[in-house]
Amino acid sequence: MNKQFFTENRVVYRAVVAAGDPWMYEVKAGQYFRIVDLEGNQAVDTLFYNAQDHSERYSATDTIREQGNIYLTTGSVLQSNLINPMLTIVDDTCGRHDTIGGACSAESNTVRYAIEKRSMHSCRDSFLTALGKCSCNHDKPMTKADLSSNINFFMNVPVSPDGHLDFDDGISAPGRYVEMQAHMDVLVLVSNCPQLNNPCNGYNPTPVEMIIWQ
Amino acid sequence: MSDFPKPKPSFIWSEILPGGAHWSGVIRRGTVLRLTDLEGNANVAMLINNLEVKNERYNMPDTLKAQKTAFLTAPNMCFSDMGRVMCSIIADTCGWHDTLGGLSNASLVQKKYGIKTYQQAHNDYFKNAYDSLLNELGKWGLNASDVVPNINWFSKVRIEDSGQMTFVPNHSQAGSTVDLRFEMDCIVCLSTVQHPLDPNIYYAPKPVELSVSKANPVLADDPCRKHRAENERAYYNTKTYYGENPNE
Repeated sequence: MNKQFFTENRVVYRAVVAAGDPWMYEVKAGQYFRIVDLEGNQAVDTLFYNAQDHSERYSATDTIREQGNIYLTTGSVLQSNLINPMLTIVDDTCGRHDTIGGACSAESNTVRYAIEKRSMHSCRDSFLTALGKCSCNHDKPMTKADLSSNINFFMNVPVSPDGHLDFDDGISAPGRYVEMQAHMDVLVLVSNCPQLNNPCNGYNPTPVEMIIWQ
Repeated sequence: MSDFPKPKPSFIWSEILPGGAHWSGVIRRGTVLRLTDLEGNANVAMLINNLEVKNERYNMPDTLKAQKTAFLTAPNMCFSDMGRVMCSIIADTCGWHDTLGGLSNASLVQKKYGIKTYQQAHNDYFKNAYDSLLNELGKWGLNASDVVPNINWFSKVRIEDSGQMTFVPNHSQAGSTVDLRFEMDCIVCLSTVQHPLDPNIYYAPKPVELSVSKANPVLADDPCRKHRAENERAYYNTKTYYGENPNE
């Protein structure tokens, strides 16, 4: 896929998603989808579904295995669970993105930090809020079972050859963005991560901007 | 009827699963499932669901993040997406089990090995892990949305600093075992098809033995619980789920 030059008059949708908010929107085949890390160090937990058939969805393991690398960046083809290309990352001013770290949840917060953290806001609660209110799923409601391993745009989860995995400070900065082109109509489900307990968003969740253009 | 295989004295039951097979069953809380790689170079793709609340399932990211590891061995625990422990790896003679490589599917198997249908080869036909697990999940009312990142027991995928994934051949030896102590009543679905990154150009899946024995009580100083504070908190959550005093 070829990178096209972005111009304002080709923008069809633009919105700022506040820190901690869910966001759900459909990106049509051929359109470009850009996520801008407005203030830097934010993690954007993202899932993709085939807009015509939600049972086809982004697959982290198929994506990394087919490209032979655990990090996502320019050129990465985001694969579905049926190993169909869903989107290709065509531009990336951050450098790499994580897809094995998953999304925080109220329950995993009790395990990772403290039992008392259950009531804190989490990504999987944002995902479920969006799915619960979505008008796109009247025929076949989407549920928790539709939440598989997501992409964490702008997040840094290094793995070493001895198998050690860690959450590191972000490698993003204000204004950095990642942009992808859709190969099919995709429903995008985002939690703009509210995590306050680890450095994935610098302990300070901040807004991101979503831009769709063609 | 005296022809059923007799389990070894310490096992409640045992069964040999041929290469390329798929299997599912309930493994109860308080029992140990031992997987034995009978010939070496086996691969066992596994998905785990809670028997009672089936949409609770093994979660790869939560398992890895909590234990700061990209692979599984003793004394790791396998965490569910609900902050609980599904099973604990209490012994492991293999040393590294993959959690990142995922499953083979029909197109990958055809590209790698060609086509061998049931009509041609009867039960030696080429199977793939995705379809095999879909088949087993379906028997419990589960479906494609339950195919999440799985465990590949006995396979090793190394991650270079660049992020490159490398399958390590000849990793598991004949006789390698891994012992999983189940902490919840679980539906376990298995496929013994080769790992999707296995460079062997021949379709040659290997047999494994499943054997179940009674677990010893989990004590307060259990090495899996004590491995990390995260493990102890997940075990605490599991105890509360079963209505037990979590501080015992």
